[in-house]
Amino acid sequence: MIAEAGLAALWLAAGLAALQLVLAVAALRAGTAAGRTMRAVAIIQGGLTLTAFVMLLVVFVRTDLSVALVVENSHSAKPFVYKLAGAWGNHEGSMLLWVTVLAVAGAFLAALSRRLGERTMIATLGSQAALALGFYAFLLIASNPFARLNPAPPEGQGLNPLLQDPGLAFHPPTLYFGYVGLSVAFSLAFGALLTNEVDARLARAMRPWVLAAWIFLTFGITAGSYWAYYELGWGGYWFWDPVENASLMPWLAATALLHSINVLAARGALKAWTMMLAVVGFSMSMVGTFLVRSGVLTSVHAFAIDPQRGTFLLGLLALYVGAAFALFAWRGASLKEGAPFELVSRETGLVINNLLLSVILGLVFVGTLYPLFVEAVTGEKLSVGAPYFNLVAGPLALILAVLVGVGPLLAWRRERRPVFRLLTVPALLGVGALVISIILWPGMTVLPRLGLTVAAYLAVASILPLVVRNPLRAPLATWGMVVAHFGIAVALAGMAANAAFTSETLAVARPGERLAVGPWLVQLEQVVPTAGPNWTALEGQLSASRGDPPVTLAPQSRYFRDPPMETNEAAIATFWNGQLYTVIGKPDGEGGWQLRLWWKPFVTLIWLGGGMIGLGGALALSGRLWRSRRRRIAAEWRKERYA
Amino acid sequence: MKPKSQRLVLVGAALVALLAAVLLAMWGLREKASYFYTPSELDRAAVGKAIRLGGMVEQGSLVRNDALTVQFAVTDGKDKVTVVYRGIPPELFREGSGVVAEGKLLPQGLFVADNILAKHDERYMPPQLGNIAAEHEAGKTLDK
Repeated sequence: MIAEAGLAALWLAAGLAALQLVLAVAALRAGTAAGRTMRAVAIIQGGLTLTAFVMLLVVFVRTDLSVALVVENSHSAKPFVYKLAGAWGNHEGSMLLWVTVLAVAGAFLAALSRRLGERTMIATLGSQAALALGFYAFLLIASNPFARLNPAPPEGQGLNPLLQDPGLAFHPPTLYFGYVGLSVAFSLAFGALLTNEVDARLARAMRPWVLAAWIFLTFGITAGSYWAYYELGWGGYWFWDPVENASLMPWLAATALLHSINVLAARGALKAWTMMLAVVGFSMSMVGTFLVRSGVLTSVHAFAIDPQRGTFLLGLLALYVGAAFALFAWRGASLKEGAPFELVSRETGLVINNLLLSVILGLVFVGTLYPLFVEAVTGEKLSVGAPYFNLVAGPLALILAVLVGVGPLLAWRRERRPVFRLLTVPALLGVGALVISIILWPGMTVLPRLGLTVAAYLAVASILPLVVRNPLRAPLATWGMVVAHFGIAVALAGMAANAAFTSETLAVARPGERLAVGPWLVQLEQVVPTAGPNWTALEGQLSASRGDPPVTLAPQSRYFRDPPMETNEAAIATFWNGQLYTVIGKPDGEGGWQLRLWWKPFVTLIWLGGGMIGLGGALALSGRLWRSRRRRIAAEWRKERYA
Repeated sequence: MKPKSQRLVLVGAALVALLAAVLLAMWGLREKASYFYTPSELDRAAVGKAIRLGGMVEQGSLVRNDALTVQFAVTDGKDKVTVVYRGIPPELFREGSGVVAEGKLLPQGLFVADNILAKHDERYMPPQLGNIAAEHEAGKTLDK
């Protein structure tokens, strides 16, 4: 019953989306005011989709084994949280979550946005309905999450044990909020291009959505990176895997958009460019979804074997991106450029930021899709990995990080003050770090050395915008920017330190034996069997010391029964200056155990920095929302007073 | 600057950036894209380059040289190559399953792996392995 209710809600929502689209087209053609009705329809549509998603959660929590999806991805003996996570840890469920976020974002847009002109609002809601309609069709035709299985089997097949982790349970939804949040920016750009109302007002309406989506993406990527680090047991934090790139590309586009939208909001300039970034941002989300969900990553051939889903998604992608770019080509040229600016100005700084981010985005895009392209054309198989991405994107990212210190100091329109003098101290610090690193660690490779240099410079340079004015009177948005830029320096320092100073030991140890890694002596005490709710494990008990009282670590080699699979659970001990990372492998048959140990100085700074970048975004967003609320209240008060 | 010429400069900058990105990407790919080989595609030309070797771990070929070194044969049904790897292989690495090894081919035909790529789960296949696995499965079905 519940599954049928969910399916019915989904069909109704699809019908309302179609109605919303028809209303928008009719209203725009006839010039009638359909805004109120459309807002209501959008809100109900969001509510219905959300209902469908809640129904799916219920089905999973109850482990209703007459639903095919539950059978394939769940098991009655699974902990509660992973029953929930199982609902979106698969193709159909995650697509339903995707559409839910899309529809709910549309509902929020309809309910909250007051800044826009009526016609632009109608066009925007129409665009959002068109997006939703395509993905409803995809769900209902090609990936129905509520499909029944008759007869119902006695037990489910369980969820991939790698996914049974609190970090991963909430990682995909976070990313999806980011991915799909960008759809609102896409629709706003589409609507404004259609009605020729690309102006500062549109930028202010779009900005909170971009910021919010970007915050989710930032936290999602950071959390995903930490998950890969501790769960996969290889001690790496970023693998340039196509799935990771699929989340990085929308982030890069959103970061560029976030900066150019400020130019549009403050100065009315960079109209065409900002609209294009808004289109590119959500296009990258759809490319990412296509890459992950079509099976094309497994192989071009796998895509050909199960063509329905992949082709459907590719068709939607081509339709939406094609329509947006066609509209852009039609209207983009007629957009009036806003206020002019001089060469040395905040605008120029942001243009350079955008160009660099776009080039990096292009490089990641090409590197991710090139193997697919080559295989489809020549049949030859290629792999593009870290060597390529580090080579082409690394130096550009460092240049960008240097400029992050400069841009925020510049004034809008033209800069006449000698601001570059302010950068003397940070520049000296950077040079100092470089010299020290050459003296202390002559063998360090180029990128980590430059990373440390730029991090030292940026850590101070990023704070300057607060130093040159009274920090307490600076707006929250400025604080947000400073925190985020400082976070870049922190993350950069972590990456450089991890690349330069990590020490690794791989050896076989018998109980009682000691191994050295970095400053640590690690002793294997014993290996004991242990068990969890749905797994059994062999646990190595280690004690590690470097002079102070020893710490204990317990890496496990786990065996899951449903589905049968072994995983390595790394044990990590965190200290202020780094992490000790331990993995236990197989016995050697003569009483010894394989142990892999890493000492990673300051590696935690990577995720601390990522968190600060996201936090900066959150500060900026709350500052903007608070300010616009105050303005609205003041305006209402004035209206009442002088009415 | 007049708005119009400013616009030209901006469009010019965007085009230059686009061109730079394309050139940089082409150069980077020429330098760093590593070729993916299956055992029957390996030849002399691959010796000494950083490459990826993919296939299935042959049944009965896995031996431990010492506690930390494993040796096994990778096959694609037509040919096979002996691979040596020092380290803890991923948990899902076992005989009869798909594998991608990163490393170098020595002149005498031995493949030394620096890295064995883990699979995310038992249903996941390394990107370039999909069809080999499918053929392998098909072969198994035919054998029966």
